[in-house]
Amino acid sequence: MTAPAIELKGISKAFGPVQANKDISLSVQPGTIHGIIGENGAGKSTLMSILYGFYKADAGEIFIRGNKTQIPDSQAAIAAGIGMVFQHFKLVENFTVLENIILGAEDGALLTPSLAKARRLLKELADDYGLNVDPDALVETLSVGYQQRIEILKALYRQADILILDEPTGVLTPAEADQLFRILGRLREEGKTIILITHKLREIMEITDTVSVMRRGQMTATVKTAETSPTELAELMVGRKVLLRVDKTPAEPGAPVLEVENLRVTDKKGVERVKGINFEVRAGEILGIAGVAGNGQSELLEVLGGYQEGQGTIRVNGTDIDLTGRHSDGQSRRLRGISHVPEDRQREGLIMDFMAWENTAFGYHKDAAYTSGLLTNNIGIRQDTAEKMERFDVRPPNPKLAAKNFSGGNQQKIVLAREIERNPDLLLIGQPTRGVDIGAIEFIHQQIVALRDQGKAILLVSVELDEILSLSDRIAVMFDGHIMGERLPSETNEQELGLLMAGVEPGKEGTAA
Amino acid sequence: MDKMPRWADVLLVPVISLLLAAILSAIVILAIGENPLEALGYMVEGALGSSYGWGYTLYYATNFTFTGLAVAIAFHASLFNIGGEGQATLGGLGVALVCLALPWPHWALALPVAIIGGALFGAAWAFIPAYLQAKRGSHIVITTIMFNYIAFALIIYLLNNGLKPIGQMESSSARFPEGANLPTLHEMLAVIGIPFSKAPPVNISLFLALLAAWGVWVLLWRTPLGFEIRAFGKSEPAGKYAGISPTKIILITMVISGGLAGLMAINTVMGEAERLVNNSVQNAGFIGIAVALMGRSHPLGILLAALLFGFLVQGGAELAFWTSIPTELIIVIQALVILFTGALDNMVRMPVEAFFVRRDRARKARATGAPAE
Repeated sequence: MTAPAIELKGISKAFGPVQANKDISLSVQPGTIHGIIGENGAGKSTLMSILYGFYKADAGEIFIRGNKTQIPDSQAAIAAGIGMVFQHFKLVENFTVLENIILGAEDGALLTPSLAKARRLLKELADDYGLNVDPDALVETLSVGYQQRIEILKALYRQADILILDEPTGVLTPAEADQLFRILGRLREEGKTIILITHKLREIMEITDTVSVMRRGQMTATVKTAETSPTELAELMVGRKVLLRVDKTPAEPGAPVLEVENLRVTDKKGVERVKGINFEVRAGEILGIAGVAGNGQSELLEVLGGYQEGQGTIRVNGTDIDLTGRHSDGQSRRLRGISHVPEDRQREGLIMDFMAWENTAFGYHKDAAYTSGLLTNNIGIRQDTAEKMERFDVRPPNPKLAAKNFSGGNQQKIVLAREIERNPDLLLIGQPTRGVDIGAIEFIHQQIVALRDQGKAILLVSVELDEILSLSDRIAVMFDGHIMGERLPSETNEQELGLLMAGVEPGKEGTAA
Repeated sequence: MDKMPRWADVLLVPVISLLLAAILSAIVILAIGENPLEALGYMVEGALGSSYGWGYTLYYATNFTFTGLAVAIAFHASLFNIGGEGQATLGGLGVALVCLALPWPHWALALPVAIIGGALFGAAWAFIPAYLQAKRGSHIVITTIMFNYIAFALIIYLLNNGLKPIGQMESSSARFPEGANLPTLHEMLAVIGIPFSKAPPVNISLFLALLAAWGVWVLLWRTPLGFEIRAFGKSEPAGKYAGISPTKIILITMVISGGLAGLMAINTVMGEAERLVNNSVQNAGFIGIAVALMGRSHPLGILLAALLFGFLVQGGAELAFWTSIPTELIIVIQALVILFTGALDNMVRMPVEAFFVRRDRARKARATGAPAE
């Protein structure tokens, strides 16, 4: 039997008091796709960063192809034949594909020979692996899927035969993800070893040969993919039985709460991001907006939330709301019964340095309940926060702890508690479970459904198709600022939605827009 | 917890920084052939050894409290107001105009109006850069520092063209009427029978400064406006989400900041000089930046830091008087303190933090008998 491509023995790494990796051993066979799955904060990224030389392990040994190897920095990792494709691409947007590929790997002071050599090699790589890209295209003109290919090519150009991909499908449409998986399959055939880090069970089941599960810094299991199931993996990840489905009764929609007519939004750079969309959300239903990130969903939420200007008509409970930004802001929206759980809780929804109780008052800090005379009622807010934390099972239930010291799931619960307990008519909720562990996802989904069952209107924006399909009563798909179509979850599937997300009208030729 | 205890954060770190600054200062003093311990003795004796010394130390500390608060409140909104110097200069003009406007019968009448005058002029001087930042995006660091120079030039012009009484040689305004002279600490303490040196200019403004510090604390941590200022300062996108207008916060914060800087003139112009002179601010605006940094932008910390800088200024003056150590060296010592407590804060903070984290983990490990979690 050949030596494992990668073998880790007893890797440990602590950040301050946090033990990110604890005595981890892992063996990856050459020519296989090895999945590493785990919740956020389980230590997947730390482990890969150690392998790529970003962090130095406190203890443990690394063997590459049977040889004990020190990896003090990423240069050493590249020399050992390890390539890494990051979740956030490290490309120079206004360079060409070719320039990006040789960046940092130029031979000699003159660029021309390097470029010529790269062009030749790129041709070979494209032929070998079916990774076709135009070497002279500017990166900024390419789609996200193509940009990812360049990252893979960059690694291959540096002669990597072990490729690590960190959450590679987070930014891709389902079709692009399929393409990526085909490429990975081809690389495996050519004898490359691939480590795929993800939190999506579906991807693990689809493409990997073996899968390792991480929980709280430890490697809890390594199993053959063919011999496991999503339920078993989820259980291994969380450490208890998890409900992967959302339990809900059919919706009983009432009167329209939110009506959007011909809404257009232009961003600061003058680019039109929302191009005349129409939809409505009724009381007691969840409208899910599906789409790949960056197709106008964020701007839609910002306009509805009152901190982005727009043109068109938005009615809430039958009354027009101001879209010019002159007479309205986030606070006036709240007074109209609109609560908003923003997409990026760490940037918008919370102030990370503020304590939990300050974050609970955030946005509602002028409310009568939270003030007494000219002053804020700090004691009252703290009490209220303690109660909310109790009801939403925020851990630890300490109102005086700064938001940054809570886990992602608990941060999201703080935001949800603040917004849902306002008893809004309309709840805007963006990426409710991004960066949230599976255990908390279950709870958050239950809360959203419970609010719907109280007869509230809910607009859900998510890039996770699974989430859209399981929560929504109706689904609208956004692509390039348009709504490509509306579907009922019972009458559609991932393939159809995936096509709509890519701007293709199913059953029609060519692409729209 | 992954943090050091609070006492270490607010006390230990500044004390270590100060010690480092003191050691380096001692080396410099040794290098010019003087005895550092003797020098320290002169400083302590001169600044704290008598009610005369205390009087001056407190007088300077009053100035630095106002300017430190001014810088700190702007810091909370993530604005770097380095225009305290100019705002205090203009505050002096406001105070002088009020004091010269009427034959004030009693200071108790003059003081409230002078407070309004000083704060208003200081605020107005801060409003212009604030407006340019909020509406035009001109960076406030650049504009406030330029406004300092405009303020200096404006005062010189006004002193020589209008404010200076005809026939007077010195370019200063006329003396303020008797009724606009503030009670000194000597006079105030005499009422309750405590002897205090008559010479130092420390006056009722000291209590105004304490009041201002308390007011800033209430504003920042007990009012919705303060909540908005701090929220905006920590995260502008979050502020927008919550409906906090950046324009409004920038304008209001800078106006308060400028007003606080302007109030400093109550102490210098009305309390000490009793007329408007050129360069009445004497760098207090800039020292306020160091005070705010060292005081961690908290009013209590600012009071302590202001006292320290008051000590340095007064002690330094005494040092120059009694020894052959040149006044330039006093500035070097002050600069070292600013460097270590302000600019190099993290240099001390990080090792101290690491020490406490290590100690915590070791303790936990001992308590559980297991490896540190």
